[in-house]
Amino acid sequence: MPETSASGSRTIRVAVNGTEYEQSVEPRLLLVDFLRHDLGLTGTHVGCEHGVCGACTITFDDAPVRSCLMFAVQADGHRIGTIEGMAEGETLHPLQMAFWELGGLQCGFCTPGFLIAARDLLARNPDPTEQAVREGLTGNLCRCTGYQSIVAAVLEAARRLRQAPQGKAGEP
Amino acid sequence: MKPAPFAYCDPQTLEEALELLARHGEEAKILAGGQTLGPLLNMRLAMPAVLIDINGIAALEHRRADTKGLAIGALTRQSALEDDADVGALQPLLALTLPQIAHRAIRNRGTVGGSLAHADPAAEWPAIATLLGAELIVQSRARGTRIIPVQEFFITHLTTALAADEILCEVRLPPSAPGSGYAVLEFARRHGDFALAGAMARLTRDAAGRLRDPRLVLFGVGKRPERASCAEAMLAGARPEAGLFAAAAQTAAGETDPYDDLHASARYRRHLAGVLAGRALEQAFARTGEDGHA
Ligand SMILES: Cc1cc2nc3c(=O)[nH]c(=O)nc-3n(C[C@H](O)[C@H](O)[C@H](O)COP(=O)(O)OP(=O)(O)OC[C@H]3O[C@@H](n4cnc5c(N)ncnc54)[C@H](O)[C@@H]3O)c2cc1C
Ligand code: FES
Ligand code: FES
Repeated sequence: MPETSASGSRTIRVAVNGTEYEQSVEPRLLLVDFLRHDLGLTGTHVGCEHGVCGACTITFDDAPVRSCLMFAVQADGHRIGTIEGMAEGETLHPLQMAFWELGGLQCGFCTPGFLIAARDLLARNPDPTEQAVREGLTGNLCRCTGYQSIVAAVLEAARRLRQAPQGKAGEP
Repeated sequence: MKPAPFAYCDPQTLEEALELLARHGEEAKILAGGQTLGPLLNMRLAMPAVLIDINGIAALEHRRADTKGLAIGALTRQSALEDDADVGALQPLLALTLPQIAHRAIRNRGTVGGSLAHADPAAEWPAIATLLGAELIVQSRARGTRIIPVQEFFITHLTTALAADEILCEVRLPPSAPGSGYAVLEFARRHGDFALAGAMARLTRDAAGRLRDPRLVLFGVGKRPERASCAEAMLAGARPEAGLFAAAAQTAAGETDPYDDLHASARYRRHLAGVLAGRALEQAFARTGEDGHA
């Protein structure tokens, strides 16, 4: 059975935002550090490294997870989505637009995590109440905005996504 | 911080995992969702020589419902259960409680077995298992399968009856009696955080309006979740009259043995436990149906 020693490394194949990567990693390499250091995808941020802040939130097989609480070796054969994959070329995702227009960010450190979490929230609940948005985003911390503008931006994006042509709303 | 180096294995079958655990013993740690172990590794509060990642063992992710209740594989993700409407219908307590466990991104990885094996006294799963009277199915290579009743499983803070060479494979929840009403109430500073104190209740009434087999569990207020047995005795067979739930809640709070920590004092926790217990009993009662008619 596969076993990798502490000083050894293992080759993983992983699809990040639709691009296949093959890379050799040591077992203790955190998934977030793999994305940032090995692949240069620095949009995913590292805050607390213990699951509390949500800055490192990515999607793993389409479900949001903390990339500071997974190891790169665990991503072998899986699909990862990061903030770099959210816009379509130069066209921002409606959530990104709403954050921009309504001041859903200040320093921007927490933003990638909020956007990934919010996209999943809207995919599961396209017409959330303000309370549902607040509860749905409690796993993400922001030290700048006071959350009001983030909640407003998510509600506004939800409204636009509901009006968007078929197939767009709720699409991850 | 970053984890200290460890050897990594990812067995694809339970037999392989048990074999590895037998071989490495105390040197090894099981990695399930990593939502508790990950922080411990990152902060180097845990530095196992070997990590045995059980995420590839599909056989531990099963669910089975029959007349004996609901059996849930240890590797089942919290969010998978939360999204399963059948599970919520079979066991209303799960539908009420799962959304209160941590945050969605944590529930997408965190497993039922990991939460039970970790035995945090403020966590929801140990309280659910205690209230419902669960059985825990564990396996080791040396001794095969053991079935541990919940009252023997949780020993104290972060300590269970699991031996170092054992893997928790399944939790079995007995069926919910028709007409039972459930409630879970927690006090946390932020939705999804560990509760400073929590109360879970299940009430069922018979045709004459008397309470049958009432259950009340307080968690986050002691070394492990505990059934409030004196309060349960007050409720059993009683017809709910004004003041009964308040009196039982007061008794329940007196049965707790809370601790001081930086989040709250023991006195405050006991006070919260009493308030939450009273509300949980009222809510659970309001949700009861006549015996046999939900
Ligand atoms: C920010 C944050 C907030 C949280 N809030 C809550 C909360 O409000 N309520 C709550 O209940 N939990 C909360 N948690 C904990 C979360 O629910 C964990 O996922 C859970 O407690 C552990 O499950 P896991 O699968 O991640 O286990 P892991 O972290 O992988 O393992 C935990 C421990 O159990 C052992 N273990 C795991 N599976 C098995 C098995 N099958 N057999 C034997 N041993 C095993 C491991 O070796 C380890 O010691 C929170 C976590 C975080 C990061
Ligand atoms: S860096 Fe992962 S949750 Fe804070
Ligand atoms: S914008 Fe600065 S932390 Fe949220």
